[in-house]
Amino acid sequence: MDMDPVLLARLQFAFTIIFHIIFPSFTIGLSAYIATLGAMWLRTGTERYHLLMRFWTKIFAVSFAMGVVSGIVLSYQFGTNWSRFSVVVGNVIGPLIGYEVLTAFFLEATFLGIMLFGFNRVPPWLYVLSSAVVAVGTAISAFWILSANSWMQTPAGHEVRNGIAYPVDWFAVVFNPSFPYRFAHMLNAAYLTTGFVVLAVGARYLLAGIHAEQGRTMVRMAIGLMAVLAPLQLLIGDQHGLNTLEHQPIKVAAMEGHWDGSKPGDFYIFAWPDEKAETNRFGIAIPRGSSLILTHKIDGLFPGLTSVPPQDRPPVVPVFFAFRIMIGIGFFMIAAALYGAFLWWRGTLVETRWYLWIMSHCWWIGFVAVIAGWVVTETGRQPWVAYGILRTADATSPVPAATIAGTLALFVVTYGIIFSMGIYYINRLINRGPEGSAISDDGGGMANTPLGAARAAAREAISKP
Amino acid sequence: MEWYLPMIWAAVIGTAVSFYVILDGFDLGIGILFPFARDERERDQMMATVKPFWDGNETWLVLGGGGLFVAFPQAYAVIMPALYLPVIVMLLGLIFRGVAFEFRSVSDSQKRWSFAFTAGSIVAAFSQGVILGGLIQGIPVANGAFAGGSFDWATPFSALCGLSLVAGYGLLGATWLMMKAEGPVGQRGRTQAKALLLAVLVCMGIVSLWTPLMSERIYARWFSLPNFYYLWPVPVVTGVVALLLWRWIEKGREILPFVSSIVLFFLGYLGLVISNFPYLVPPSLTVWDTAAVPASQIFMLIGTLVMLPIILGYTVMIYWLFRGKVKEGESYH
Ligand code: HDD
Ligand code: HEM
Ligand code: HEM
Repeated sequence: MDMDPVLLARLQFAFTIIFHIIFPSFTIGLSAYIATLGAMWLRTGTERYHLLMRFWTKIFAVSFAMGVVSGIVLSYQFGTNWSRFSVVVGNVIGPLIGYEVLTAFFLEATFLGIMLFGFNRVPPWLYVLSSAVVAVGTAISAFWILSANSWMQTPAGHEVRNGIAYPVDWFAVVFNPSFPYRFAHMLNAAYLTTGFVVLAVGARYLLAGIHAEQGRTMVRMAIGLMAVLAPLQLLIGDQHGLNTLEHQPIKVAAMEGHWDGSKPGDFYIFAWPDEKAETNRFGIAIPRGSSLILTHKIDGLFPGLTSVPPQDRPPVVPVFFAFRIMIGIGFFMIAAALYGAFLWWRGTLVETRWYLWIMSHCWWIGFVAVIAGWVVTETGRQPWVAYGILRTADATSPVPAATIAGTLALFVVTYGIIFSMGIYYINRLINRGPEGSAISDDGGGMANTPLGAARAAAREAISKP
Repeated sequence: MEWYLPMIWAAVIGTAVSFYVILDGFDLGIGILFPFARDERERDQMMATVKPFWDGNETWLVLGGGGLFVAFPQAYAVIMPALYLPVIVMLLGLIFRGVAFEFRSVSDSQKRWSFAFTAGSIVAAFSQGVILGGLIQGIPVANGAFAGGSFDWATPFSALCGLSLVAGYGLLGATWLMMKAEGPVGQRGRTQAKALLLAVLVCMGIVSLWTPLMSERIYARWFSLPNFYYLWPVPVVTGVVALLLWRWIEKGREILPFVSSIVLFFLGYLGLVISNFPYLVPPSLTVWDTAAVPASQIFMLIGTLVMLPIILGYTVMIYWLFRGKVKEGESYH
């Protein structure tokens, strides 16, 4: 068989990590939302918040389980598929991932038990606190893994001897140049992604005229948050791009479809980058737009793709299009959130059915933007896996192509089953709605019960007939 | 430093792996015993005894694997490609059983996810045994990289190790149910525990005879002279613990059978360590050959020393919060 083991290993990694990131994007945001609802419930004693909290916790449980199992796969793939990678950068990357396990995974996994099943066992404050701890745990997890990934993009604090990277300054390793931008951008992306899911579910209830009170709460909370976070994402993304221009100029050239660095760059709204001819076809461009964004000068210059030989360039087409997808969704999110805020201010939010209709169909846009963003970042880093230190082609394991192809097929089948069932169950939970689920839980009267009542309920309450 | 650090790290990883085997062992054991329950109501109850804990339990696997990556990257880079297929199959098993915890309670067809839970648990347990067996029987290494074929691990010996682990986890699961479940489920744990204990002892016996015959190095470790004087208590203590365990099961004690199953596991593990120390990748790479540089090991050790007590603290807390027996027909959803 003449399959390329490097290509197959990349496909397998790309497939499994794209599957994984779908769940963190949702669980990071959703745990924070649940903790917020819990805090509002404790403070105001309003039943609505409590119902919503219980409702989203059920959906959270299903997503989190999928996030955990797909994450465990990834941590083993560093060894199974990328064993040279482990040897060459293991001394530096290893501890970052180790710290993630110690400071985040145990925290999340343990308090998850209380968050999901402790409802009738522990006093309300501890129950709410546990969801907050889970939310913090997911953010800590993002901190470490993004530090590891950013180090692969912009290595720092290390030295290379005999082709192996050794740590010199841990602070510089962890807070490497692109890390703060990537951490802020990704965390914000997770909150945005979740926000649009909550908004879509709320809009769906309002349109159908069911669970109206909860629907209104969800729509308002989501729009309020998105109106701040969506524009913020544009600002962070812009700074992130400037940072990338400094450290990985060729990646930026691929994002912009910028071939000739001796001329100012146009911003292409659409084009088909032709890697052979080293030019863009069918381009629609804002003249000198890229120069203005990246250098803040109308005729500023920045490096083009042709400044390095073809074997040192990333694949241009996927980077170029993925970037446009992310940016497009980013601007759509800003427009949607600001218009929603405007309707709210006018007091016509609930009646504007066309707006709610569109929003109710937009639950998926955050996920697509996140995946597109990661494709820009990771494919744009090619042909390096650790920028300037190790090429992807040199990072693989001595495993034959057929073995990788076989396991890749197994992953596709398994994930296909898990994913479709998971989506189906989540959709059913959403159709059932907050009221149905939370009340049948026999916690219906629990809203303001003090500690003692919660204890008394604990004995029988965990039973289901 | 260069000598002690890898030793300390070997101990840390050894601890993580034993925590994993014991903690995830009993919840994988629940999956292995699932088919023997009378109906889905009983399965609800069985699952409820482990539901709040399973995710934390499984995290020890991430620490074990991650720890190997951090402290011994060279060993990680050899072991994972060598045991590629059993590792991936184990992960697939863990995926099915992991999502079954949640999917089973939101699905209309509990049966389907009960099956996924059982199958996933058995596949994961068996693969872990195969991984262990594949490691013990030795991995060919050339120039610091794996130099064998994709199916080198597939031997009768590794299959036997796979069966041993399925039986062993089943035993932990059965004694756990004796301790944590009321009614017929807990009762049945007693009969199951006895049968599984016999199976475990047979497996342990065969493995203990087979390994020294398979490897001169291991034979010399146990039977060469000063060593034998120190090591003979290990099998003897194992025998005594097994006897006590049998009696406590017969008497229907609640906590002691679970505790002594753990001790039994620990002794088997000790035997393996004695056989193979200081090799991480028998028969060629030791803990010192494969260690990360001291700077990495120290940085990580500081974190481990600070975090491990905290982790143990909240682990104890959650077991305490969910203490007591689970009643018949109880479930979380
Ligand atoms: C931005 C965030 C982020 C990113 C980029 C990644 N993860 Fe992740 N991961 C999480 C955020 C997260 C999380 C929020 O902490 C999860 C997701 C859902 C969940 O259940 O916990 C998680 C779960 C999770 C688990 C299971 C933890 C447990 O047992 O509780 C493992 C082992 C990994 N991940 C490993 C990885 C690896 C090796 C990655 C990269 C190659 C990776 N994750 C990318
Ligand atoms: C609106 C304008 C946006 C701009 C200008 C922008 C800019 C960028 C840039 C330049 C990168 C690549 C950085 C690199 O590889 O070095 C990136 C990556 C990424 N983007 Fe965006 N982005 C925007 C919107 C969004 C939105 C709306 C989301 C998701 C909800 C998102 C999610 C991501 C993710 C997950 C990555 C990969 C991780 C990272 O490198 O930070 N972005 N973005
Ligand atoms: C979670 C969000 C992430 C997504 C969606 C993502 C996506 C991808 C994609 C699409 C590729 C294939 C690129 C190509 O072959 O052209 C890739 C490669 C890779 N990524 Fe990521 N990535 C993510 C985060 C990370 C993190 C956090 C790490 C490490 C700490 C990482 C390490 C790698 C490695 C080792 C490869 C393989 C080498 C390669 O093909 O480039 N990734 N990733």
